[in-house]
Amino acid sequence: MKARTCWEAVCTVEDLVPESGIAVWTAAGPVAVFYLPHRLPALFAISHTDPFSGANVLARGLTGDLKGQPVVASPLYKQHFNLVTGQCLEDEAVSVQTYPVLLDGNEIRLEVPVKQSETEAA
Amino acid sequence: MSKKTLIVVGNGMVGHHFLEQLVASPAAADYDILVFGEEKQLAYDRVHLSEYFAGSTHADLAMGTADWYTEQGIQLLLNEPVTGLDRDQRTVTTPKGDYHYDELVLATGSYPFVPPIEGREHPHCFVYRTLEDLDAIRASAQAGKSGVVVGGGLLGLEAANALKSLGLQAHVVEFAPRLMPVQLDTDGGALLRHKIEELGVQVHTEKATTAIVAGEEARLRMNFSDDSHLETDLIVFSAGIRPQDALARSSGLEVGERGGIVVNDQCTTSDPHIHAIGECALWDQRIFGLVAPGYTMARTLASVLNGDQEAAFTGADMSTKLKLLGVDVGSIGDAHGQTPGARNIRFNDEQIGHYRRMVISEDGKKLLGAILVGDNSHYDTLLQYALNGIALPDNPETLILPESQGGAPALGPDALPETASICSCHNVTKGDICGAIDAGCGDLGSVKAETKASTGCGGCTALLKNVVDSELEKRGVEVSKDLCEHFPYSRQELFHLVKVNGIRTFSTLIRQHGRGHGCDICKPAVGSILASCWNEHILATDHVPLQDTNDTFMANMQKNGTYSIVPRIPGGEITPDKLIVLGEVAKQYNLYTKITGGQRVDLFGATLSELPEIWEQLIAAGFETGHAYGKSLRTVKSCVGSTWCRYGVQDSVGMAIRLEDRYKGLRAPHKVKMAVSGCTRECAEAQSKDFGVIATENGWNLYVCGNGGMRPRHADLFATDLSDEELIRTIDRVVMLYVRTADRLQRTSVWMENLEGGLEYLKQVVLEDSLGICAELEEHMDGIVGTYQCEWKTAVEDPEKRKRFREFVNAPEKKDPVQQWTTERDQRRPVLESA
Repeated sequence: MKARTCWEAVCTVEDLVPESGIAVWTAAGPVAVFYLPHRLPALFAISHTDPFSGANVLARGLTGDLKGQPVVASPLYKQHFNLVTGQCLEDEAVSVQTYPVLLDGNEIRLEVPVKQSETEAA
Repeated sequence: MSKKTLIVVGNGMVGHHFLEQLVASPAAADYDILVFGEEKQLAYDRVHLSEYFAGSTHADLAMGTADWYTEQGIQLLLNEPVTGLDRDQRTVTTPKGDYHYDELVLATGSYPFVPPIEGREHPHCFVYRTLEDLDAIRASAQAGKSGVVVGGGLLGLEAANALKSLGLQAHVVEFAPRLMPVQLDTDGGALLRHKIEELGVQVHTEKATTAIVAGEEARLRMNFSDDSHLETDLIVFSAGIRPQDALARSSGLEVGERGGIVVNDQCTTSDPHIHAIGECALWDQRIFGLVAPGYTMARTLASVLNGDQEAAFTGADMSTKLKLLGVDVGSIGDAHGQTPGARNIRFNDEQIGHYRRMVISEDGKKLLGAILVGDNSHYDTLLQYALNGIALPDNPETLILPESQGGAPALGPDALPETASICSCHNVTKGDICGAIDAGCGDLGSVKAETKASTGCGGCTALLKNVVDSELEKRGVEVSKDLCEHFPYSRQELFHLVKVNGIRTFSTLIRQHGRGHGCDICKPAVGSILASCWNEHILATDHVPLQDTNDTFMANMQKNGTYSIVPRIPGGEITPDKLIVLGEVAKQYNLYTKITGGQRVDLFGATLSELPEIWEQLIAAGFETGHAYGKSLRTVKSCVGSTWCRYGVQDSVGMAIRLEDRYKGLRAPHKVKMAVSGCTRECAEAQSKDFGVIATENGWNLYVCGNGGMRPRHADLFATDLSDEELIRTIDRVVMLYVRTADRLQRTSVWMENLEGGLEYLKQVVLEDSLGICAELEEHMDGIVGTYQCEWKTAVEDPEKRKRFREFVNAPEKKDPVQQWTTERDQRRPVLESA
């Protein structure tokens, strides 16, 4: 059974930093949202948690492209993560969660699983 | 089919090398191999013995491992000296029994010669040969103040350096009128002596020791034949070596008049089943006391045992290049000009302490030998001329003249013939290297692994790299100096493009000169170049996405995602009021507090959103950012100087503050550290810094390009007795040249080592303005100094920039759940469960 999801509004266009990332708190926990204006689509969302250190830091990494793939480099130990697939480029056994993201008017929305408790309440 | 037995007596460098050669050859299948070693340890690198005092262990120095012997099926019997040899029965005897051999290899090496001086058996008299000797010297040195080395040769000076590193006042006593009489001439020996004495080692030449007796002020007194004497706590004899030929003598093998087991070109003794290699062997009336000829003998013998009829040892090059107590010394071929008709060309600059002598053939066409003291940068070129008989240029003196006086550049790798020996330890020629490259080796590392070149003494490292690079380029393999996949340029080239074209943003640079959108390699590098050139705020909109996280948030990220804060404390001087503010802020935010090595205070555990709040308080109290997060000037460490110290001769704190205020915030290829000491006692440890300043009676001495850390390097003395203004102008120029020309993340020490022409070149450019760029360098620096701003002050005052410091932009009150804390030694520290 597919978990129920919702499109959660997490921030506005003004919060974004071009060519860089910001962190937001969602029903699924901490998520990093990147805005790469030179790309189409220009928005990417992956888990904010660095799988190698366990720290919530990925939004603070440097973005760029390697062999055409959009990536962020972990600011702690410098591994690269593909922003579309979440795959770690240095270790094929490691990847991070990605989230669908869209621009709704002035708002950025992420598709995240609805928490169990919230489902029951609804 | 039963195997024959091969016994090797001696497990030193040469014996080990022989086994390596043998087991890699077909003959290995014919023999059961036994090896006897007198010492407890496996063969180790005696060439680098003195590194044992610098912290190397036997494991670091070992040539192989016990496992290697087991894997090769070699029976290794250590701590089992061979005491007898019966050639009729073909057996050797040890305290544990008799062993039969079919072929016997003597690789017994040598023992140190101790002159027959009365009193030499005193317990504080030593030799310098084995790790046990070194342990004994170390133990004796602990309660001593001074030490004497008897013998001013190559090994003696190594030993003197070792005594000095143990904290002793070191003396060298030499019988001859000069140091290193075998390798050097009068002028070279005199310069070496001067340099070594400057380093605090006292040299006594033309001294013959007559007796060693109990001392009055130290443990021992040495009486000399001229009725003078010297007191010392310990004595190390290093008066030459003697071949260890006892087994050969006792069994009636032919030995030389002055010792040494006589061998022929096949390294076989007067008994066809017994062979000798290394320092115990006497070939053509000569003993070879260096490792490279020993290795050549080992290879020859391995070939002989494989039935190679052609294999022959034909003598060896005894050229040497070394650093003794930090002083370059080189000696090539016929250094003393003993070839009939030989002529000399000498260059002797007592001002800078460089001596070079070339010995050339009567017709002026060939280089026969050379002596170098003070600077070995000409060694590789001269050695290649001498070894390969390359015709000298019309004006051969240009080979040893400084470039400023018309000196020729070093011999390029292209000019070397295929037969040129690149690595003499492993006998690797340029042709071998070309062969390895043609067989698929595509970089320096694989060439080294394939040919073993540069894995012996390491003296040929730079030459090997040049040859490999040049050969790869010739074959169309691009030796890439590109920064990354986005820019086909080196950092230096990018710097030039930015500066000359007035480029002020990353997007313009990558659009005009690069491809793609950048990465975590090129973005910070370009960010640093832009900052070095134009000095705009690193958090200006265009520059924000270029910065590493530490620069973005102007703090140092720690393992749990929190940050540490290091406010600037120029020169390490701080008022009690400011110290109290640091304490109060740390208390308020519960920050773990630690004093840094650079005389500052590091506050750990601040969250992203706390950073601007904390900095508001620090700035209000008069603090500035310390750039601990940046590739930029960190601290200028200082001792307390003449203001308080009884010994200080200049105001080191005042100068440190002046330097720190001048260079703070300057973005560089890597971090830059400085220090100022108020007298030669050097309490600020300035010689381990990128820029070290030491006060003199007349001003300041400047040292450059030192480093601590993983690869320590003592800074080089660059200029002496500078006034305040001269000091600052000189540092301006060197710093700016480094900023402009170094590679990404290259510290000044490595930059200097890779700079063609090295220290001398740097002196010419900076002190003599040989490139005519000093005015421009100073102007550039003045521009940077004039546009300094405290990045944190600008950031906390700008609401747009402060927005970046929200941990979760949609949940300002949310605490990061992974940041868990515990208490240790009364302070908070992170508990982080790894994912």
